[in-house]
Amino acid sequence: MIELEKVSKVYRMGTVPVVALDGVSVEIAAGEFVSVLGPSGSGKSTLMHLIGCLDTPSGGTYRLDGRRVEGLKRNDLAEIRNRKIGFVFQNFNLLGYATALENVELPMVYKKMRGRERKSKALELLGLVGLGDRAVHRPSELSGGQRQRVALARALANDPEIILADEPTGNLDSQSGREIVQLFRKLHQAGKTVIVVTHDKTIAAETRRVLNLFDGKLVSDSPNH
Amino acid sequence: MYYLKLVGQFYQDMRRQKLRTFLTMFGICWGTIAVVLLLAFGVGLEARSRQSMHGMGTNVVILWGSKTTMPFEGMGIGRQIRFRQEDAEYLERKIPQMALISAEYSKWNVKIIYKKNARSITLKGVQPSFGELRNIIPEQGGRFLNDLDMQHSRRTIFLGNKLRDALFGEGSNPAGRVVMLGGVPYTVVGVLQKKTQNSNYSGSDENMALIPASTFRGSYGHRYADNLVYRAVDPDLSELVNKDVYRELGRRFKFDPADKEALSLWDTTEGDRFIKYFFMGFKAFLAIAGVFTLLVGGIGVANIMYVVVRERRREVGIKMALGATGKTILMQFMVETFLIVALGAGVGFGFSAAVVQVFKLPIMSNVIIYVGTPTISPAVALGTMLVLGIVGFSAGYAPARRAARMDPVRALEF
Ligand SMILES: Nc1ncnc2c1ncn2[C@@H]1O[C@H](COP(=O)(O)OP(=O)(O)OP(=O)(O)O)[C@@H](O)[C@H]1O
Ligand SMILES: [Mg+2]
Repeated sequence: MIELEKVSKVYRMGTVPVVALDGVSVEIAAGEFVSVLGPSGSGKSTLMHLIGCLDTPSGGTYRLDGRRVEGLKRNDLAEIRNRKIGFVFQNFNLLGYATALENVELPMVYKKMRGRERKSKALELLGLVGLGDRAVHRPSELSGGQRQRVALARALANDPEIILADEPTGNLDSQSGREIVQLFRKLHQAGKTVIVVTHDKTIAAETRRVLNLFDGKLVSDSPNH
Repeated sequence: MYYLKLVGQFYQDMRRQKLRTFLTMFGICWGTIAVVLLLAFGVGLEARSRQSMHGMGTNVVILWGSKTTMPFEGMGIGRQIRFRQEDAEYLERKIPQMALISAEYSKWNVKIIYKKNARSITLKGVQPSFGELRNIIPEQGGRFLNDLDMQHSRRTIFLGNKLRDALFGEGSNPAGRVVMLGGVPYTVVGVLQKKTQNSNYSGSDENMALIPASTFRGSYGHRYADNLVYRAVDPDLSELVNKDVYRELGRRFKFDPADKEALSLWDTTEGDRFIKYFFMGFKAFLAIAGVFTLLVGGIGVANIMYVVVRERRREVGIKMALGATGKTILMQFMVETFLIVALGAGVGFGFSAAVVQVFKLPIMSNVIIYVGTPTISPAVALGTMLVLGIVGFSAGYAPARRAARMDPVRALEF
């Protein structure tokens, strides 16, 4: 359960404050499939970072599963990201020197999972995204779509409740993009909370709820279908 | 696997920065070589200095009788003090802190003959304790003069190694052969093992011949010894023993114990003390010079680690997004720093060890006579590793902490 109450985020550029988010209040229940739309600079990524505990709000309150996030220490935030959140980025953000398998294992390393268990789980996840035969390939040996699927497998490593994807198809051709969206839908059906930032109306159409941001404000929140 | 991976990334980073990495490692390597080799040579040189100083004997005191300069109990000045055998025995009895003593009789220009070879030498009459006092070690197959030689006034003779070379040929073992001294036959019992001697008071031991003091007195009619040689049980007690010697001999010969001129005394422990403090200072200087070189190397490492951290901001951001804590990130960069340091230090140690080995080669034996055998002592090795550890820690900590404290969102932007 994600609860944001009048959440704002202000960046300081020198002495000039930049308001990236301005009093956003929204609740997202477990298992929802949500898309976030809005023009460039409207605060979509900032919102994702806050929900994903990569950053903390400048104002307002954010409760994740009833727990207030603002006062948490860096280590607590790291643990939340490790256990509850799975990130998927526009530019994949895989470690170039590691194989697909090792990339997927990484969150489990931080969870201090044992080696063998880690490896079998990672292989299972790679199978799930259809890359069982690419485990020992490095990102540079994979196509864009394949890389994003590795990233998705990695996001699922510690069975997080929430998947946060910031323009996951932005760097993909439409076919690969559709495959990724299909995977998101499967995850939603499996009970995960999935939140996708996108410019693509057809992707938004797949989701059950659409949030619209403009200038850091939430301007519309509408159910789909 | 994870840490192996870490090394893999590290290796790639290092490759990307070939020149800088090389220079950095070279800095540490050079620093290590500086510390290890400087101290190794310091240790060798000190041992060498002690050894050559001890060529004449370890912590011995040489004592000559001289002329009184102060009137005492009605006796005038200018009396010559001369030692007899009994005086040596008296001192040994009276001064418990005296470990060993020997009277030493000398005669110059004695002709020694073996077959057709003849040499003019300094002949000495000594007690068996003389051997230990003056570090006279017999070559294998021979022995020094012993108590039986002394008791029975045997005509036995111990030869300096150079003298042996001249009479019998280089390296030969003349034990049991007979040489002639003024027409009297003497049996050779042993030859001095080659030693380094940088000080002496009546010629170098390698050119002398030694016979028992009792035989010497009998053959040459000397009533007085030229000097005494003794050693205190502990070098630190040497000065005390010297005072006792003045007191006891003053009583025996009736001179004022305050009359320093009555006896003439050479205490070699003073040289040892000098060597000790000199080398303490010298080694401290070498260590400081080496450690500073290492510190400069450490600055290089810190510098490259800052570059590495900056170039890998994105990687740090990704790892943080996946749940890596600051501590994990810190550890990663610390391990990498220690890896650079360990690699540089390893090469440095290897090179130093090789240099030390080179000095052990036979062709270096002439050099070793002057500089000693450089030795990597365990203390030096451990100390260097400790300094390396500190350098590695100091060099890695600041950059690693910078990485650990990065804002994940900012880090991901790169
Ligand atoms: N680290 C930062 N420092 C200063 N300003 C920032 C920072 N990050 C974001 N901003 C500003 O905050 C606002 C919101 O940025 P954000 O990245 O959330 O937009 P976005 O909706 O994701 O845009 P895009 O569609 O281009 O990704 C922008 O005006 C941006 O310039
Ligand atoms: Mg964005």
